[in-house]
Order: sequence, then C-alpha cells, then structure tokens
Amino acid sequence: MKATSRDVNGVEIVKLEGKITIGAGDSQLREVISNAMSAGKNKILLDMSGVTTIDSSGIGELVGSYTTVANRGGKLKLLHLPAKLNELLHVTQLITVFEVYEDEQEALKSF
Amino acid sequence: MGRDGERIEITISSRFENIELVQVIAEHLCENAGLDEDGSHWIGMAVREAVANAIKHGNKLDIRKKVSAIFELRGNELEIRISDEGEGFDPEKVSDPLNPQNLMKTSGRGIFYMKTFMDQIRYSFTAGGGTLLLMTKNLAKGSGIASSKA
Repeated sequence: MKATSRDVNGVEIVKLEGKITIGAGDSQLREVISNAMSAGKNKILLDMSGVTTIDSSGIGELVGSYTTVANRGGKLKLLHLPAKLNELLHVTQLITVFEVYEDEQEALKSF
Repeated sequence: MGRDGERIEITISSRFENIELVQVIAEHLCENAGLDEDGSHWIGMAVREAVANAIKHGNKLDIRKKVSAIFELRGNELEIRISDEGEGFDPEKVSDPLNPQNLMKTSGRGIFYMKTFMDQIRYSFTAGGGTLLLMTKNLAKGSGIASSKA
C-alpha cells in the first residue's frame, strides 16, 4: 500500500493506493494514522479511490483508525469509496459509522 | 455454466503472501465457468478470508504447516474445501459482527463475509487436528453480494 498525504486547511488528506489486506497494508494504515496523530493532525480524510483490494483485516484497520482518531478528539472521514469497499461496509453495517463523501470540497467543509 | 467436472487442488505454506494465489484460482475458475466479474470477485473474497483464517488462526503462521484448497465444479455447484493443520475452534463462539457491541471491533468479520458471499459454509474438525471448511455456491444464481440475505 502506498499513502500520500497533503494538508488542506488543516485537514490531512491521505490518498491510499493498492491493497489493504492481511500482512500487506493493514499495519501500514495503522502507521499512517499514528504518524498523522503524532504530528498533531486530528482531522483526517482518507481518499480510498486508489484502493484495489481490501479484506476483513483492512476493514478492521479502518475501524481501528476511526476509533484511534475519535478517542483523541479528532475526526476520520472517507472520500471516494470504490464500489466493492462500499458493499463491504454496507453488509457489516459499518457504513453507519463512517462519514463518506464523493466530493472533496464537500468533505473538507464538513470538518 | 461450463467446466462441469473441473477439479483444482493447491497446497500452500502458511504465508500471507500465498493467499492471493488461492484467491486468483477461485476467481479464474468462476469466470471460466461463466460467472460474471462481480460474482467471481465475491467468491474470491470468501476464499481469501478462509485461507487467511487457516494461516493465521489455524496454522498460527507456522510455515511448516500447510493449507490446502480444493475446488470442484459439479454442474452449477461449486464446492470449495479449505483445510489447515491447526487445532480447530468452536464456530459457536464466533461473535456476530453485526451486534452493536461488536460493531467497532477491529477483527471478527472474516467468517461473516464468507457466509455473506457463499450459499453455505460448514466447519468440521478431525480428531488428529486440522480444520476443514466446506463452502458451496450455486453459480447459476449469478453474482451478487448476498446483501439480500441480510
């Protein structure tokens, strides 16, 4: 998995690309979130458009990331969900947990 | 559906990087049998979760222990058997990830996804150790995440 970050008006936009699967990307996602929090960034927007594969471990890491950020008074939201990831969040009812946006400007305004 | 009578077997060491090998076989078999891309993807995902569990929870990442997968097509019925050399577990004790108190857990969704994407899954355990997972799917039912099951 590759992660590229940029700051837009205090919101850390992290574009994730590749796989978030067991042993390949799940621990990297944890590290990305941990680094952002350590740098004092607690408004995080994960751009998921480049995610090619995700499994239950990857979904678990997303949930863990959400909780980590929320527990420190921050917010983690999702942008550009691929259709299959959207399905995975729907069937597990996690879609009710995450705020999901299709438009970056709209997502930025929501923080 | 084509490929009636097809049988494919693969045995891998317990390494996460081998999961995709088995997943790709599942997806190609389904596509060759005439299932659409989405349907093949979801079956591949069920296989991925099953193999990941066998490696992690069954064989506990011991690379000396093997995971085997057997795919058999009988008419429209796809049977997949995933076996490991672990100590087994009690499927009744697997918590429901849809239970509100489990919703924010970081693990425990693999078996749920398998049940969602396949028609049936069944675990059995041998006295000498080892877990066998049987998953079936009628390919004629077409693709689809089984969200209608929910």
